[in-house]
Amino acid sequence: MSEMNTATHVPVLEVSDLDIEIRGVNGAFAVVSDMNFSVRAGETLCIVGESGCGKSMTALSLLRLLPEAATIAGGKVVIEGQDFLAMDQRQVEDFRGEKIAMIFQEPLTALNPVLRIGEQIAESVRQHRKCSRREADARAVDVLRLVQMPDPERRASQFPHELSGGMRQRAMIALALACDPKIIIADEPTTALDVTIQAQILGLISDLQKRLGTAQILITHDLGVVSEVADRVIVMYAGRKVEEASIYDLFDRPFHPYTIGLMGAVPGAGASSEAGDRLADIPGTVPPLWNLPKGCAFAPRCANASARCLEERPPFEEKRPGHWAACWEHDDAA
Amino acid sequence: MQPDRTPLLTVENLEVHFPIRSGVFQRQVGAVKAVDGVSFSLQRGETLSLVGESGCGKSTTGLALMGLVKPTGGRVQFDGQEIRGFNRAALKSYRRRMQIVFQDPFSSLNPRQRVKDIIRAPLDIHKVGTPAERETRVAELMERVGLRPDQADNFAHQFSGGQRQRIGIARALALNPDVIVCDEPVSALDVSVQAQILNLLSDLQRDLGVSYLSISHDLGVVEFISHRVAVMYLGKIVEIAPKTRIFAEPGHPYTELLMRSAPSRDPRKRHSFSATNDDIPSATKKPSGCPFHTRCPLVTAVCKTTEPALTAREGGQMVACHNR
Repeated sequence: MSEMNTATHVPVLEVSDLDIEIRGVNGAFAVVSDMNFSVRAGETLCIVGESGCGKSMTALSLLRLLPEAATIAGGKVVIEGQDFLAMDQRQVEDFRGEKIAMIFQEPLTALNPVLRIGEQIAESVRQHRKCSRREADARAVDVLRLVQMPDPERRASQFPHELSGGMRQRAMIALALACDPKIIIADEPTTALDVTIQAQILGLISDLQKRLGTAQILITHDLGVVSEVADRVIVMYAGRKVEEASIYDLFDRPFHPYTIGLMGAVPGAGASSEAGDRLADIPGTVPPLWNLPKGCAFAPRCANASARCLEERPPFEEKRPGHWAACWEHDDAA
Repeated sequence: MQPDRTPLLTVENLEVHFPIRSGVFQRQVGAVKAVDGVSFSLQRGETLSLVGESGCGKSTTGLALMGLVKPTGGRVQFDGQEIRGFNRAALKSYRRRMQIVFQDPFSSLNPRQRVKDIIRAPLDIHKVGTPAERETRVAELMERVGLRPDQADNFAHQFSGGQRQRIGIARALALNPDVIVCDEPVSALDVSVQAQILNLLSDLQRDLGVSYLSISHDLGVVEFISHRVAVMYLGKIVEIAPKTRIFAEPGHPYTELLMRSAPSRDPRKRHSFSATNDDIPSATKKPSGCPFHTRCPLVTAVCKTTEPALTAREGGQMVACHNR
């Protein structure tokens, strides 16, 4: 959705060689390895994958909100030229909300149930801006209007449980936008919503980005959502990137067998199916992260796997211009 | 589906109303009409999908047919016999022939039971066969749903989500039922695993001729699995039609809205979704007249006062709309 004139070429967020580990009872294991990516202003990057692929851990690490058992074992997160991982707690808190903000999947658990919507937004405003209580309250109503909350003045004085699911998600988006962040991370922002409400929230997210020019990272398992909003896509599997490309390149000519498999496994994607048809499923299940196979993590489920795939992990390399993948397979079609 | 065949399951005017009580004496002050006059039939070997958004009554319909919530009104006929009163005796023989697979494979299996005991439970309850025969049947069922019979002594928690759903399906199949209610059987699963389970359900229907009443909010799943589709909104069926018909020519404005809201599969054909807030009314405060009139682009005066009945259209389609 971003045009070249609104997007600058300098990335606002750069992640390099990011490794995240979880300490388990039997020692530490990697949940995210060698993550490298960047986002520019006005751009939407989607990170897509199934449960346990490391997409949410990646998102949380960008705000330094990882759960206790998880640690960043290496790498860099640079936000507007500043090394976010090297900052102390105070600087981190200044950055959160002001530079980078998050929209969570489940607004009912992410919002404070005993604070009015307006107070929650004003609280965040007052934390970052020197302003009076009244100015902060006015800003809260303004951002609620920005997210097209019906009757924003009244909604500001309500509690989260008094709002519908869609309105709660609007409130959470308003909260994230309160201090004009440069980067928005949205972790499955529409997964908990009904399909007609999901459409409204996707419409809102697209609208806001066009107007505000924020850089956006959207984490999702849903290729339909990706197809609606992404400019660029990263596909993750078992803690690593397996493919990265522009939205059109990825949907037109997916390279990695896992991506191809995912696209084929979505029901209803083709022409109207006949009863008795079969979906192209991917056999087997995702391997546990503490016991990954030696070579390519996808090899045991891959129809094209060779002996080499089982032994050696393929490098993440540019297979076609601007289209990267981690697979020993060569691009014969090019 | 030939029209001369008598349906296996006929549901007429099914109602499930939950009382709303208030005050010191807990007097009933109203009712949540979760299912409010739902009628449909299901043929042998057919899949009918109930589709709709949260609160539309699709799951309650499924639970009511299983006798897991007591219907407050309506008639249910199974294979020509009326299920009277939904009491224990009436349900016992009926439940042999009608089974359910639940949405969440994590909460619907007892974590302290071994897989073989979970799958064998229906056989024990209905006293089918000798213990040795039950053992053989469990092994056979495990193989049938794609589990290794040597895992029979494992506990449910040792399996992944997809494998647990296979256990749930094996349990539902144990008594050779005629109908399986599938309540969102794949919505808790990852896409790649979801496809495996959908294929399994499709194979089982082909091989065993079982009918499915599938409950789903996912139009992709509905399009893959169904022969016919019933769209529900606030406790009512607003449209019911053969699958190919409803996806090609949705009759009800709500069906249209649902289909328009499903994300595109082609980034070159993005929707321009409206960001305007447009909520589903609460089931406790249902609109008068047509339940959809508060969100309907075709609304006219009559929609606010008179509820439209389901009426037949071309191609086996039935639509409840004044203006279509």
